[in-house]
Amino acid sequence: MIAGQGDLLPVSALPVGGAFPTGTAKWEKRSIAHEIPIWDPFICIDCAKCSLVCPHAAILMKVFEPIVADQAPGSFQHKEWRDRENPGLWMTIQVAPDDCTGCGVCVDVCPAKSKEEVRHRSINMEPKAEHLEAERANFAFFQGIAPPDKRDVKVASIKGSQMLEPLFEFSGACAGCGETPYLKLLSQMFGDRILIANATGCSSIYGGNLPTTPWSVGRDGRGPAWSNSLFEDNAEFGLGMRLAIDHQAAHARELLTELASEAGPDLADELRSADQSTEAGIHDQRKRVADLKRRLEPLESYAARELLSLADALVRKSVWIVGGDGWAYDIGFGGLDHVLATGRDVNILVLDTQVYSNTGGQASKATPRGAVAKFATGGKAVGRKDLGMIAAAYGNVYVGQVAMGADNAQTVKALAEAESWHGPSVVIAYSTCIEHGIDMSTSMTHQGDAVKSGFWPLYRYDPRHEKDGDRPFQLDSRRPSMPVRDFQAKEARFAMLARSRPREHAELQRLAQADAEERWHFYEQLAGVERHPPGHLEDHEGRAEPPAEEEEVEP
Amino acid sequence: MSADLRTRYLGMELANPVVPSASTLSSRIDTLRRLQDAGASAVVMQSLFEEQIEREGLEIHLVLERGTESFAEALTYLPELEDYNIGPEAYLRHLELTKRELEIPVIGSLNGSSPGGWVRHARLIEDAGADALELNVYFVAADPNLTSSEVEQLYIDLVAAVRSSVEIPLAVKVGPFFSSMANIARRLVEAGADGLVLFNRFLQPDIDLATLDVDPTLHLSTSEELRLPLRWVAILRGRVDTSLAATTGVHTWEDAVKLILAGADVTMMASALFKHGPEHVTTVLDGIRTWLDEHEYESVEQAKGSVSQAACADPVAFERSNYMRAVVNYTSVYDWRAAPIEPRT
Repeated sequence: MIAGQGDLLPVSALPVGGAFPTGTAKWEKRSIAHEIPIWDPFICIDCAKCSLVCPHAAILMKVFEPIVADQAPGSFQHKEWRDRENPGLWMTIQVAPDDCTGCGVCVDVCPAKSKEEVRHRSINMEPKAEHLEAERANFAFFQGIAPPDKRDVKVASIKGSQMLEPLFEFSGACAGCGETPYLKLLSQMFGDRILIANATGCSSIYGGNLPTTPWSVGRDGRGPAWSNSLFEDNAEFGLGMRLAIDHQAAHARELLTELASEAGPDLADELRSADQSTEAGIHDQRKRVADLKRRLEPLESYAARELLSLADALVRKSVWIVGGDGWAYDIGFGGLDHVLATGRDVNILVLDTQVYSNTGGQASKATPRGAVAKFATGGKAVGRKDLGMIAAAYGNVYVGQVAMGADNAQTVKALAEAESWHGPSVVIAYSTCIEHGIDMSTSMTHQGDAVKSGFWPLYRYDPRHEKDGDRPFQLDSRRPSMPVRDFQAKEARFAMLARSRPREHAELQRLAQADAEERWHFYEQLAGVERHPPGHLEDHEGRAEPPAEEEEVEP
Repeated sequence: MSADLRTRYLGMELANPVVPSASTLSSRIDTLRRLQDAGASAVVMQSLFEEQIEREGLEIHLVLERGTESFAEALTYLPELEDYNIGPEAYLRHLELTKRELEIPVIGSLNGSSPGGWVRHARLIEDAGADALELNVYFVAADPNLTSSEVEQLYIDLVAAVRSSVEIPLAVKVGPFFSSMANIARRLVEAGADGLVLFNRFLQPDIDLATLDVDPTLHLSTSEELRLPLRWVAILRGRVDTSLAATTGVHTWEDAVKLILAGADVTMMASALFKHGPEHVTTVLDGIRTWLDEHEYESVEQAKGSVSQAACADPVAFERSNYMRAVVNYTSVYDWRAAPIEPRT
């Protein structure tokens, strides 16, 4: 297929059931960059931002025991990992030289600057030809370094998440893509237990551009299960995954009750009541499932064979429903709303570029006022739909509005909170796009201006309202401190209107400023509003199962 | 009877010597009307920056074409617009409109980046109806291999080229960084300049201590900066036969009167108008008129240049010895020998 001879394949050569092998984008090795980032360990401050923001998982971080470096090539660089709790470790930042697109986003976000020459950062773009041979050898060695045990890592942190293997790597997305860093992060945090329903759009193209896919598996063989159904039914598609898993888990528990003596009453009890709210809990449950499978293996009964096939469902799974704004705000909105209303434990990630990206920049209901897009060539006359507030209106839906480039930590926190909430969650992620008409090397830092201007406030609506008493809505960004026009001036989608219709541009700019101020004022008031959303049955045991009452069977 | 404020600048008779200098104040027609109503005798339009236009054109081209080289689901990612204006047309249309709407003379301003661009855009500004043209020569000579005489020749060639291509009066706005300011002033006039605008305010970059970024923003001037144009207007008046406009640091009527006495035909201001609004022109004009009346001057023409270097009582005061005398004055007032000495304990 990669050779362009897919038409010669007989139907019988295609996999039955349509499942393709994952982790195959790594074979493409497009090697399109002219310059690649080269690490200077002497000024690195271990922040891991470069790795976090890389759209192609082509800049990676690993932390390891010094002894690992004994076998390293001479050109392999490393430094001491500064961590009071775990002293004596080393770290390295490594480029995948043939997978990097040369977008420069990692360099743009690097906060470590040389004391002697400020333009020299801890990571710098340098001609690929000068480094290719050495970096290929370094990368090959780097790939052999084992990732840490997930139980020892603070997954919901920037550094912690970046120590973990990305299970989304080397996609064919545009250089500087603002969407893919979120998916890569997602794969690092939950990739070992995730199912993804992907709406059609950019993310289904770079996510499953047959025959290759960037979705990968880790060393333990675990990785995301991913599928794309259609554009309009993605939320329902993901809900179906959730229902299927829940049903399998419920049936597995039934069988476990039936087979308690064969499986061992203690093991059966533990399997049914395991706390899987932490990585350690999930790890232990996996061990129990492996135990169970060993015990079931020699048994011949139908129930035993059935439980053997369903046992993995006893481990907590994370369902993510992923798509762009064209899907979530427009074409799939009815379904999305339907899924939110079910109260089920699904997580929805909206990669919000504010335009139909893949099909060439048609306006969506997420397109902001004043932006030029197809079907809005005179500048969109009305403001964005506030999807987050629509979702939050349910009361029991977790909502996060994030922009990785503006606040890394808030993004990581929102994803972790969404995943841990045993009900519906929506994370709306600001995603820069070539269709914004910006310098894509500033794909991340430009998001800072989006937030600073009040164009994109950051917030989290958490129905658990644990920390703040009874106020579930938390405004995470600061009061706007720059005019919206200064943010918009750097984007051609806004600036081009000034060239074509200056009068309308001026008026829309005035309204865009008013939009931002009004929205901030509204959110500020929401941050003080008390709510006590009832109706959700909290699972205090931290079990993966939602309150699916009809599936629970008393022993 | 009140003093006659009329003055001649670039061969034009102006109602008074107060002219808003090139700035974004001229980007809105209602602001321009307010300036005229407040009494401004002419207006210099915001500069047309050739380099900016060219770079914007390239950037927009880049943005519109991005991703279109591949054959994906979409062939383009931003809509193609009709009447898309990335050239100087918007500037020229605005200039035409300004000319139609205002009664006072309108002076176009141009910052070119290529020899051909200077001439081409100068003609376009003339065709759009400008009464005069100000060449805003903005050049930081940072190349160590470029000699001062080569830099000066660039200026001379540029002025000569534009002079030969347009009919309207030509002013040249330059910075103060010449080894021999008086000499370059004479040569610019010989090359065809009808007037000199002293001085251009270069963007002075700053360093942001939080980010270590270089911050090129322009801050508004203060009256303190008046001294530089004041000196050079005073020196050049009577020595170089040309119109002289003083700009940078003109904030108050006192500033304006000083410049007139030094020999300026017009005084140009922008920072003060940003701070106080277009109506500040009226305040300055009232101040000039009152001062002239109180000191029994008949007209601006009478006062003009009366304290220039050629006309003042102490010509050396405008040259280097000024510094020595200032130091002597300073030490005599703050004589260290007179300072009390703390007894040691």
